[in-house]
Amino acid sequence: MFRFIVRRLLQLIPTLFGLSLLLFIWLRRLPGGPETAILGERGTPEMRAAIRRNMGLDEPILVQYGRFVRRMIKLDLGTSTSTKRAVTTEFIERFPGTVELTITAMIIAIGVGIPLGYLAARRRGRFLDHASVGGSLIGICIPVFFLGYVLKAIFSENLHWFPSSGRQDPTLGATRVTNFFVLDGLMTREWDAAADALWHLVLPSIALASIPLAIIVRITRASVLEVLNEDFVRTAEAKGLTEQTVRRRHVLRNAMLPVATSIGLLAGGLLSGAVLTETVFAFSGIGAFVAEAIGQRDYPVLMGFILIIAVVYVLVNLLVDLSYSFIDPRVRVR
Amino acid sequence: MALLEVEDLSVTFARRGQRAVHAVDGVSFSVDAGEVVGLVGESGCGKSVTSLAIMGLLPKQPGLRVGGKAVFDGTDLLQLDDRSRRDIRGRDIAMIFQDPLSSLNPVIPIGLQVTEVLTRHRGMKGEAAAKEAAALLDRVGIPDPKRRLKEYPHQLSGGMRQRALIAMAVACQPRLLIADEPTTALDVTIQAQILELLKELVRDSGTALLMITHDLGVVAGMVDTVNVLYGGRVVETARRRPLFRQPRHPYTVGLLGSVPRLDAGRGEKLNPIPGSVRDLLPWPDGCAFAPRCARRIDECVGEPPELVHAHDGRSYRCVNPEPLPGMVPAPREEETA
Repeated sequence: MFRFIVRRLLQLIPTLFGLSLLLFIWLRRLPGGPETAILGERGTPEMRAAIRRNMGLDEPILVQYGRFVRRMIKLDLGTSTSTKRAVTTEFIERFPGTVELTITAMIIAIGVGIPLGYLAARRRGRFLDHASVGGSLIGICIPVFFLGYVLKAIFSENLHWFPSSGRQDPTLGATRVTNFFVLDGLMTREWDAAADALWHLVLPSIALASIPLAIIVRITRASVLEVLNEDFVRTAEAKGLTEQTVRRRHVLRNAMLPVATSIGLLAGGLLSGAVLTETVFAFSGIGAFVAEAIGQRDYPVLMGFILIIAVVYVLVNLLVDLSYSFIDPRVRVR
Repeated sequence: MALLEVEDLSVTFARRGQRAVHAVDGVSFSVDAGEVVGLVGESGCGKSVTSLAIMGLLPKQPGLRVGGKAVFDGTDLLQLDDRSRRDIRGRDIAMIFQDPLSSLNPVIPIGLQVTEVLTRHRGMKGEAAAKEAAALLDRVGIPDPKRRLKEYPHQLSGGMRQRALIAMAVACQPRLLIADEPTTALDVTIQAQILELLKELVRDSGTALLMITHDLGVVAGMVDTVNVLYGGRVVETARRRPLFRQPRHPYTVGLLGSVPRLDAGRGEKLNPIPGSVRDLLPWPDGCAFAPRCARRIDECVGEPPELVHAHDGRSYRCVNPEPLPGMVPAPREEETA
């Protein structure tokens, strides 16, 4: 098990290496070069030359690449061209918000999706089945930002149940420790701050959860239906086990394999979904920041974001592979 | 009184807009305590559906109708509610299935799959259950049972898996064991071992065994009474010896004739039954075997043939049975066992 984890973590190295190459080429190949990207159309030739010198663009390409990699290893992602602060600092402040949001969304998607998909399969052809299959189709079709606006209009602007934007009420003056606001509140025993942060998470995480929820419902339903027809379920029934034992031990556990795979794939996609959700709810995570950076052509920020997505993807799928070995002994890792 | 008395059992699958399929059509037979009874027939004759109907294991679907009676020790199994049925299954009546790999849960260790029966019906838990499970594995001839308990189905060989399934089935010393083609998925040497094991368990524990098979070799080796099924009906019932010596129903004759024999002369061809069991009847009623029957006469196609009870205790469902004395010599036991 330990060796497997180490091996998978080592796989990060070639992944990141390939990615660094792509990013490097991308930056060099920007229309008009990085200096135009930074200066826009208005730069004078002198300013361009100054930037080229500052960024070391006049040196041989290999030297440039070497320096690029060295900076990445030191987690120096450069300075944001729009906020003039180090990209790493910006990310440390904002990334926890996005993590909180995606984890909450994933908990909703899994916590609701698996039971719903299971019930739909058990009540195949009846109302709940049709409702959840139809509902999940709608869930997949509705764009996240649209759902976000609808939720906001209904539950915060009309009903005033939930706050419409932000991560926490700033008037609470909550203490910051890790920048995970919920966690901070729990650690400093500022319960109202934690509750408020959680409250702010509800609507955005529901919006973000909609697509993964819909997919998990469908995959769970299909998978349970398939397992119900397996011979070993009949064997379990023939043993006279209670319906509950048959379901829990024999049906659900086997049905979880495809669901685990899809969760791994969905978790990565959530980060991109967060860009839209955070923008709609003015939620100061990395997503809203990146959305702005796209508009500003803030390349250092974009580059950092791409790197983070890649690392998260690899780590999440490592977790999924590990979860396999708990679910299915046939793929148990050595 | 018989331990299990199946009376006029019928199973119909009706689909909207389609002709209803009578998978089992008025099957009656009985199993005495400690007796080994065979249900024999080719694929699609309704033998598996019969056993699943008795166990209440037919997949629940709209259009499924089960009629008749299956009286086990005084209670009609078909009238029981789901809960009482679960109490009987695994405790009084246990079942062994055809494909041992797919019949075992791939993600749960063998041990738990054995102990869950013990927990459910005998209230055993923890250490006691594990000990009993090891003893059961040992009893069905699995070496090193303690280690095997921790293993998963994919780590066992085919024969071991079937032994494990048998261990689960006999865990509560059921009074009736239903074995649905228990050797079909195994290779020949393992088949013989599994049959030997079943014979031994039946002999030692006094469990009655309902053996469902298409393999007349299996029947010849261990069965006391044989019921031959065709097209969802019992076409002939007899003790083993008379059946092999003098089959009366033309289908039984055909079955026996299509068994390859080691003592057959060189170049002698097998005599398969022409046609297939799925051949539809061109007439609404009558003998289901008539389209393939060599002894067909006009009476075969009118009314469904009545079950004829012959004076020697055997019965057959044929208007033009094979005359006595039979044409097919009875195989000696040691050849076929």
